[in-house]
Amino acid sequence: MQPRVILNSRQLELTINRLCRQLIENHDDFSNSVLIGLQPRGVFLAQRIYHLLQEMTGCDTIDFGQLDITFFRDDFRRRNSPLIPNQTTIDFLVENKKVVMIDDVLYTGRTIRAGLDAMLAFGRPAGVELLVLIDRRFRRHLPIQPDYTGKTVDSVISERVDVRWEETDGTNEVILNSLKKHDE
Amino acid sequence: MSELSSDHLLGIKYLNEADIELIFSTADNFKDVINRPIKKVPSLRDITIANLFFENSTRTRLSFELAEKRLSADVVNFSAASSSVKKGETLIDTVNNILAMKVDMVVMRHPNPGAGLFLSQHVDSRIVNAGDGAHEHPTQALLDAFSIRERLGAVSGKKVLIVGDILHSRVALSNIFCLQKLGAKVMVCGPPTLMPKYIQSLGVEVEFNLDKALAWCDVANMLRIQLERQDTRFFPSLREYSMLYGLTSDRLNRLDRKIIVMHPGPINRGVEITSEVADSEHSIILDQVENGVAIRMAVLYLLASKIERLA
Repeated sequence: MQPRVILNSRQLELTINRLCRQLIENHDDFSNSVLIGLQPRGVFLAQRIYHLLQEMTGCDTIDFGQLDITFFRDDFRRRNSPLIPNQTTIDFLVENKKVVMIDDVLYTGRTIRAGLDAMLAFGRPAGVELLVLIDRRFRRHLPIQPDYTGKTVDSVISERVDVRWEETDGTNEVILNSLKKHDE
Repeated sequence: MSELSSDHLLGIKYLNEADIELIFSTADNFKDVINRPIKKVPSLRDITIANLFFENSTRTRLSFELAEKRLSADVVNFSAASSSVKKGETLIDTVNNILAMKVDMVVMRHPNPGAGLFLSQHVDSRIVNAGDGAHEHPTQALLDAFSIRERLGAVSGKKVLIVGDILHSRVALSNIFCLQKLGAKVMVCGPPTLMPKYIQSLGVEVEFNLDKALAWCDVANMLRIQLERQDTRFFPSLREYSMLYGLTSDRLNRLDRKIIVMHPGPINRGVEITSEVADSEHSIILDQVENGVAIRMAVLYLLASKIERLA
């Protein structure tokens, strides 16, 4: 099957724009809220949202961090390739804050589970919301659902959703690929 | 490159440059972890590690134990002084008995060179060498090079001086291997009696005058005189040794630039290094100790990921 474009560059921009407006509805000026992007791929989306929110709200003091979940994953020693970590940069505590956790694709939910664990090292948040660009709503392994969704995709296990970013792939788009093996 | 080429850490000799870089980049992340309010990650929660110390150690043993606990591994400690080794049990028997209790990894310090290698050939477990006689002390060399990289930005091209009891030092040998693999130049300095006969064959420079050696280097790593390994007298007196090979602030002040001072510990203040220097801004001795935990976490994490997969 040919790769199918789910969101092109223009649609992606509109979607991110809408997600930001939804966030502002619930978080006002973000004085008690923080944004946390999950490494490695969720960070690109989180950065865009962070910059757009600063523009929209005129507030340049929004807390923004990048969280690596490698050491908290539940598939250590269960994969063929070892898990190599990325950098965590969170220079604030999430204690009593409303956290918006941001990732590109929600599929099995295991990454988010690990993210919730990893975040405990930075305090006890007042609450956590989940924002994802793509929600692959079938085949969830855990009872985890997003609060903000860019687009919901119904896909089968042999398909793979690729979110491509200008920084790493030279283009902004979301593609549905047909693959034999899937690894989240 | 995202996996160690070796199943054990027996010595720097068995690692390649990519392995060392992988350990460093992983240690960067663990250094971040141990500076958080909650210093623990759950990666090794289903791994049991035995720390077998057949020789005294404070720093290394504590550092390994902390590293293991911060990775959530289960830890059992063993020291030869209070064990059946005293009743005549062999090394293989001792370790096999411990492994029969379902231990996945062994961290071992032993007075005999090659004890780790020997064990890795005879028992079914991952072995981490925490010092084997006067042979190697790989995690110390890794944390030393990591500390240099942290302070100077890189190891490659730097001039590192190792001063003291080169003959009896496992730290010296592992450091030479590690620094050379990373592209640094190494010089050793000490009394001729404490210099191994064929040291030049390792590709290091040898200098017997400390002041000349200090003028050459970017980093000086001061080693302790290993009195416990010396069966004869190698120099007339500690006082004379300290006058000729002790690092003092006078010596440092005579240099035209700032150098970094390191020491693997334990320090004999007033012998190889004065208190003034050990506590000065030149010294990165306490950074070395902190980095030791991060490096050991990285080594244990990377080796554990090679333990047979569960599913």
